[in-house]
Amino acid sequence: MSGDDPIAAFRVEAGDLLEGLEQALLDLSHQLDNRGLIDAVFRGLHTLKGSGAMFGFDALATFTHHCESAFDRVRKGLTPATPELVSVILSAMDHMRALVEGDGAGLEATGDAILERLHAAMGDAPVAAATVAVAVVAAADGAVVADSAKAQGWKLFFRLPPGAMANGTNPLILLDELRDLGEAQVVAVLDDLPNLPDLVPTDCMIGWQVELRGDISREDIEDVFIFVMDDMELRLEPLECTEEAPVIAQTQAVPDQPVTVATNDAAATAKNATPRNSESVRVPAERLDILMDRVGELVIVQSRLSQLANSGVEGAAGELALRSISEEIERLASELRDTMMVLRMVPVASLFNRFRRLVHDLSRETGKTIELVTEGESTEVDKTVTEQLADPIVHLIRNSCDHGLETAEERLQVGKPAAGQVKLSAQHAGGEVLITISDDGRGIDRTRVRAKAEANGLIQPGQVMTDYELLQLIFHPGFSTAAQITNLSGRGVGMDVVKRTIEGLRGSIDVASEQGKGSTITLRIPLTLAIIEGLLVRVGDGRYVIPLAAVEECIELPVSEDLRMRGRSMIQLRDALVPFLRLREVFNTGTEPDQFQKIVVISTGGERVGLVVDQIIGSHQTVIKSMSSLHREIGSFSGATILGDGGVALILDVMHLVAFGQQREARLRAVG
Amino acid sequence: MAESNKPQWNEDGQLEVLTFDVGEERLAVEAVMIREILDLLPETKVPGAPDLVGSIVNFRGKIIPIADLRVAFGMAIEPSTPDSRIVVIETELDGEQTHIGLRTDKVHEVALLNQRDAADTPAVGLRWRRDYARGLVRRPDGVIVLPDLPQIFQSAQRGGDRMGLAY
Repeated sequence: MSGDDPIAAFRVEAGDLLEGLEQALLDLSHQLDNRGLIDAVFRGLHTLKGSGAMFGFDALATFTHHCESAFDRVRKGLTPATPELVSVILSAMDHMRALVEGDGAGLEATGDAILERLHAAMGDAPVAAATVAVAVVAAADGAVVADSAKAQGWKLFFRLPPGAMANGTNPLILLDELRDLGEAQVVAVLDDLPNLPDLVPTDCMIGWQVELRGDISREDIEDVFIFVMDDMELRLEPLECTEEAPVIAQTQAVPDQPVTVATNDAAATAKNATPRNSESVRVPAERLDILMDRVGELVIVQSRLSQLANSGVEGAAGELALRSISEEIERLASELRDTMMVLRMVPVASLFNRFRRLVHDLSRETGKTIELVTEGESTEVDKTVTEQLADPIVHLIRNSCDHGLETAEERLQVGKPAAGQVKLSAQHAGGEVLITISDDGRGIDRTRVRAKAEANGLIQPGQVMTDYELLQLIFHPGFSTAAQITNLSGRGVGMDVVKRTIEGLRGSIDVASEQGKGSTITLRIPLTLAIIEGLLVRVGDGRYVIPLAAVEECIELPVSEDLRMRGRSMIQLRDALVPFLRLREVFNTGTEPDQFQKIVVISTGGERVGLVVDQIIGSHQTVIKSMSSLHREIGSFSGATILGDGGVALILDVMHLVAFGQQREARLRAVG
Repeated sequence: MAESNKPQWNEDGQLEVLTFDVGEERLAVEAVMIREILDLLPETKVPGAPDLVGSIVNFRGKIIPIADLRVAFGMAIEPSTPDSRIVVIETELDGEQTHIGLRTDKVHEVALLNQRDAADTPAVGLRWRRDYARGLVRRPDGVIVLPDLPQIFQSAQRGGDRMGLAY
């Protein structure tokens, strides 16, 4: 999508506007008499109406107009803000979003239904309905008059509010738009022009009288003024007769600027436009400046390098110069990389804000009072990660609200406050972002999990399991403990999808739950998807990268130990037994083991496993490249990377290997 | 065989292809699919991958799989020769445009095949799976096989699921 496309730009802007509106509305639902919020909502609706009309989204502008009028009344104190009104406007916003993203076809019915609810919500003030009715009648009158005025034209007078120019309104463009409607004679009215000492040059004190001839409807003219309509003075009367209007030289005093009107083109593009794709990132300018500096330095170093190449300096001096350049480039590359990564980072606030609406809706649907507390909104995460996290978190929040939290009565019985709390927090920890979704509900019922798993044949009756293993069962496909299936959750698809999505992001998911106190689900997501710190190892003649974040320690595997351990593949690490995998065997390299093999102990989700490798080469900045779908199914690799010598190393999927190691250990235990 | 896999003969009943040898067979792939012809690159074995696509290479900063069609056609794997090349093709796999390198023993030429020389794959007399070929074309110097690459890669993927890692 090109950056110049005005429709695309409008969609992005409208998306932001709607988001802001939503936040303001949700805040408003808690404090109904906050004037600042009411004003904010009104302003948002107003701007949306205006820019919608400008870009040819007429359905949007008309629809928004009704909501705006409603809020105007609230703003003026004629109607109180009620929870019903807020909730109607919230659903109206969903409709607006649909109008922004599509061409509005087939959405009229939805819109009308919402407007009906809106009128009902405003119903305690019958004046509102009356006003609407009057407006409709007026419009109808206008149409009748317009019919009679057809082919003759209109005589109109308008004067902009003094601040109009400061707000970016250009009267010349308005005049040009009028001229586009038909033959126009423009006369400037200078009556209100103050004396020179009193003149504020940025205020627009000129009024205009325009005679428009031709087949023009009242709406066409009003459309021209749609942005300024609310504060301006506009008189509109049909031209009575075809008297010859005096041509006045002052018309020409207004410099004639050709202005292209994009509305027609825009409307045409709107039809072709595909639903909005949000593949754009907003970047603070200072970050771009930093990037620019680095690139500048890189260019300088590059010229130094070519100078050196052409100068023919040889021997020790040349070598020294080359080494210094190489160090410089290394520094720049790592700085560029860091800057670039930061560019892709966005605060999770944008993600978290979406869930306020979700909790609001869930609270209405379930009839529970739910409070959403968010923490650490400024934590930054890679843009792609944010997008992919949205669905899993929606699911987890739904689960918390639906299964986790009790009803108000149940809560009061066990001595908890009536309002349930769902807490969403984000924080950085090392190279990872931790996102925690916790609730103070009833917690996960272990006996029910077990009963359910046994009923579904996931585990043997009476199978001995650790608490961790038991809780992990909820991520099993086809598992759901909800006694009743609601439309919120409980269809048993979900937790496994959540888990898969998180693993797709190379992250992990932990559950902690205390019966009666609530549950906490922690998502650990790597900061970025593009580059990781890795430990480069050699197994046979293949090289592999182990994500450094998962590595706990590296130890030597003594030959004697290696032989002795043939039978059970476990090492004693301080006070714990850790199972290990010989990667040589797992990967079927068919090579002899090195004399000094190493064990790299990796861990994830509290489970540890050792990987026996032939050699540890060192740490490696790993640029992750995805593999084709032919290799994606293998599971033990999460991708591949290119090494300094142009060769390829595979990146080990720690999660998969740990699970694999644990399984094998379990099998060995069962056998032995 | 899916209709879309049929050779797209043009109005004159011709098809522009690149011909190359794989084992003792001569194969042809539509010229529009070809991206590049490379000398052999250092390959990295992928443990657990299907034999057909057992390794990957660095193709200008992209990781692409290398396919050995000899596996699909049940031929003996011979060591590479100075004539061996990698033909990089672009094809759709699981709805994604994917680059794949084909290991070939010798690359011949870009040639025009005539539809009137073409024949459907016979039901008997083949050592390999019939659905692996979209047809045969007679040429003065022998028969050219039009392999059904999507079909071959799909069955490799399905086969790959079963293999997994050695225990």
